[in-house]
Amino acid sequence: MIPLSHYLALSAVLFALSIIGIFLNRKNLLIILMSIELLLLAVNINFVAFSHFLGDLGGQVFVFFILTVAAAEAAIGLAILIVLFRNRQTINVTDLDSLKG
Amino acid sequence: MMPENFNLMLALPELFVSGMACLILLYRLYDKSCCPNLMPYIASVSTLLLTAIMLIGDYQTGARLGFNSTFVQDPMAVVVKIAIVLITALVFIYGARYNSERGYFKTEFYVLGLFGVVGMMLMTSASHMLTLYMGLELFSLSLYAMVAFYRDSRVASEAAIKYFILGALASAILLYAISLLYGLSGSLHISDVKAAVAGHGLSHLGAILAVVLVVVGLAFKLGAVPFHMWVPDVYQGSPTSVTAYLGAAPKIAAFAMLMRILVDGLAPQFENWQDMLIILAVLSIAVGNIVAIAQRNIKRMLAYSTISHMGFFLLGIISGNNMGYSASLFYVLIYAVMSVAVFGLILLRTTKTTESERMADFKGLGAREPLMAFLMLVLMFSMAGIPPFAGFWAKMSVINALMQSNLTWLAIVAVLLAVIGAYYYLRVIKTMYFDEPEMEVLIPAQNHTAIRWLLVLNVLALILVLPWIGSLIDLTRSVIQ
Repeated sequence: MIPLSHYLALSAVLFALSIIGIFLNRKNLLIILMSIELLLLAVNINFVAFSHFLGDLGGQVFVFFILTVAAAEAAIGLAILIVLFRNRQTINVTDLDSLKG
Repeated sequence: MMPENFNLMLALPELFVSGMACLILLYRLYDKSCCPNLMPYIASVSTLLLTAIMLIGDYQTGARLGFNSTFVQDPMAVVVKIAIVLITALVFIYGARYNSERGYFKTEFYVLGLFGVVGMMLMTSASHMLTLYMGLELFSLSLYAMVAFYRDSRVASEAAIKYFILGALASAILLYAISLLYGLSGSLHISDVKAAVAGHGLSHLGAILAVVLVVVGLAFKLGAVPFHMWVPDVYQGSPTSVTAYLGAAPKIAAFAMLMRILVDGLAPQFENWQDMLIILAVLSIAVGNIVAIAQRNIKRMLAYSTISHMGFFLLGIISGNNMGYSASLFYVLIYAVMSVAVFGLILLRTTKTTESERMADFKGLGAREPLMAFLMLVLMFSMAGIPPFAGFWAKMSVINALMQSNLTWLAIVAVLLAVIGAYYYLRVIKTMYFDEPEMEVLIPAQNHTAIRWLLVLNVLALILVLPWIGSLIDLTRSVIQ
């Protein structure tokens, strides 16, 4: 039987990796969108693990809602990305510099 | 079998707004007339006004729970929701001409706006983490799409992607905190979380981690320094009608969310989050007020002003008693009225080709359009917190709450920084009354009588409310118990 702490460590590592992915990545916006998905999946591992070890179904129901919202979020994110690409012909993070001050 | 405590009628205002939003979306498909977007606009505004009436009728003392205790309707929720729908209706009316001149007068704009309102109302009434999260996401996703509404603009799409990435990150951080709280308490009900966190004590590592993540997530959503990077870009990049939308009602909803999850759910951890909020508040007021001085774009300047106002609003929460919370509610209500009016004024001055958002566009306004200049003067005085305008009473009630909680040093710091802030508000007034206009920046005076009088009423409310300001403060006190 795998103990709860292993699941929590896995989820914490995934969460940290995806935050690093958002802040260190200077090249491609698509990678940022992937990192955002990974953030939500890390949270899902937490919920499912807690739900199993606490014997409470609430956490697993929450995961269904998170998955649905993540799909909607990805749809809107990609739509914005396409609009951005049409206007600029690039999705390079470092080129996003017309608003500053 | 119907579960106990289901009480569907409790959420009637939310159901009504979301139902109407769906109907309006369908209606647009079947309207083949000349101006198919006019009816949706009128219907959206009337939906919001009807919802306000419905909510006023629903005002009762005491909290009522529904949907298996995941939804709560208490006096605070009702007052906050009334403010949200009325402010949003004003935003729709102010933005109508601007939208139609630029081709954004579309059904989708108003439907997204209505769904955003439903999200904010759900957040306000959340007594369960799932309700809170779903409300937050419904509102955030609508806003991401609205910011990107101007599809051919380079700046709007850049603002939208920045807002999307940081907003999604903030939601995920908040969600991680919720998962930890779920692990600590074994329940997603905010009242159970509160009981469990109280049982763990102040130095429990898991509880502290959850508190830190909740504060970071909320600070991102509020735009408090050091999590404010998206605010100026989004305010400047979005179409002004969208900036008006996201500058007013969401702040009131953010207050409600803060009350539900931090002040109520994490009350046993008060000593831990108070220190974090003090840092956020002082930094927000300082950075907001100082960086605003360097801005040449009015929308960007107002974004930094928002950041400093959010710092002030946090001061009431920091006091940690009901008086402070009601002062924060009062502050955020007054702020929303000022914010919607100032963006309404900018929207009213735009023409087909000019945005009226540069500081230079306001040069010599006092001579050309005395009424507009006077309204701007009242708004700037009120935002700077100069008596007798409503903005002064808002600042005073927050400072007063701080003094009552023996945080005098913080009150002094806040007042000193507010004085620095007065500089850039007064500079706008100087620009309007004492600077000569440059020839090429002249924007012709706009003549839209009906909306102009609405704006006059909106602005003068900040002065005319004076005799009743005491009862308004009493109202905010009575709704927070």
